[in-house]
Amino acid sequence: MCDTCGCNITPGNREFAYKPVNGATAVAVLKSLLARNDDQAIHNRQHFDKHRLLAINLMSSPGSGKTALLEATIDALRDEYRIGVIEGDLETENDAKRIRAKGVPAYQITTGSACHLDAHMVHDALHQFPLAGLDILFIENVGNLVCPASFDLGQHRNVILLSVTEGDDKPAKYPVMFRAADLVLFTKSDLLPLLDDFSPARAEANLRNLASTVPVMQLAARKALGLQPWLEWLRSELAQQHARVDQGETTRSGIQAGVMRLHEAFR
Amino acid sequence: MHELSVCQSLVDQVEQIALTHGAKSVELVKLRIGPLSGVEPLLLQHAYPFASAGTLAAESTLVIELVPIKVSCEACGTETEAEPGWLVCGACGSCHTTLVSGDEMMLMSVELIAAERTNHV
Ligand SMILES: Nc1nc2c(ncn2[C@@H]2O[C@H](COP(=O)(O)OP(=O)(O)OP(=O)(O)O)[C@@H](O)[C@H]2O)c(=O)[nH]1
Ligand SMILES: [Mg+2]
Ligand SMILES: [Zn+2]
Ligand SMILES: [Zn+2]
Ligand SMILES: [Zn+2]
Ligand SMILES: [Zn+2]
Repeated sequence: MCDTCGCNITPGNREFAYKPVNGATAVAVLKSLLARNDDQAIHNRQHFDKHRLLAINLMSSPGSGKTALLEATIDALRDEYRIGVIEGDLETENDAKRIRAKGVPAYQITTGSACHLDAHMVHDALHQFPLAGLDILFIENVGNLVCPASFDLGQHRNVILLSVTEGDDKPAKYPVMFRAADLVLFTKSDLLPLLDDFSPARAEANLRNLASTVPVMQLAARKALGLQPWLEWLRSELAQQHARVDQGETTRSGIQAGVMRLHEAFR
Repeated sequence: MHELSVCQSLVDQVEQIALTHGAKSVELVKLRIGPLSGVEPLLLQHAYPFASAGTLAAESTLVIELVPIKVSCEACGTETEAEPGWLVCGACGSCHTTLVSGDEMMLMSVELIAAERTNHV
């Protein structure tokens, strides 16, 4: 689809097209408000696919354990894969320092006032960060359950963390975010015995009520508990990524599939 | 709040279209927004005058059409309206549904004021 030639005009949306209204000319557009971000994300995905790497976007509330999960994952997969991390935070290099302390390359994006990463910020980081030789690139988004969901960064998969101290109603309260998940992790599960009000079953039911069928796992990164299914998921996703690249194919994370379907509806 | 950055991206897009068409200014901008888009229409409406100030879209009217959430049921085939945190089939209660509408954040159309022609006497 393009902006101005009218190739996206169908009987269903003709009412929006080229209708002169009191001296003004109406031009049909039918593009996402984030079209520029989405175009940049496609370009980012080409970078990732060119390097045959799997790009994963981690999203959660502040402090749900994203960096702790990365630290535990690096420890577990150190001999298996080469991992790189792009960190997004409003301020400070703290998270990148924690990753570098594990001997893994990390690039810190400080967003200043922006409460989410966008595809342009990630692209700037990509050109200052050695992608060559990486198997998995993790992008740790800014801790925020609202807007990061709207911005495609070019990742292949979205992983959303929900720590058990946050309450099991979060999927119902933040449907836009949880609908975007390809995998949901209930983190800090070591604390479950101390909390009488977080029911993993209820949290999962709230996710299913969003018509989400994605896998759900429970783990405690700081105690290295329940990591195996997560590591298996990563291995399997990386294998699928290699298969896709070899076939000249690519994939987008959860919510983007929805957007794709939406655009198709306008054809 | 990401509505301001969404709004700036919108204004950039609108201005680009106005420039492509050699328009003098933008009169009206029509959007279609669903509750599952992650964009809050009211915040967008408030951000718009600030984002469009000093551009060809300054003074233009932003019209936002709200789209209801509709899901189609894989179990019983019915299409029903749903709520943001409850995308379950309204007919049979199955949670195996697909979203039919409600996650739109679309720039639908813009109305442009043509530049006055001065080249033909
Ligand atoms: N009990 C327990 N605490 C954990 C676990 N994982 C993380 N934490 C604690 O949770 C706090 C936040 O962890 P981080 O890994 O920094 O969380 P984050 O999501 O990266 O935080 P931001 O980047 O600031 O959004 C720290 O105090 C961690 O020690 C866990 O498995 N169990
Ligand atoms: Mg962190
Ligand atoms: Zn075209
Ligand atoms: Zn934001
Ligand atoms: Zn590039
Ligand atoms: Zn049904």
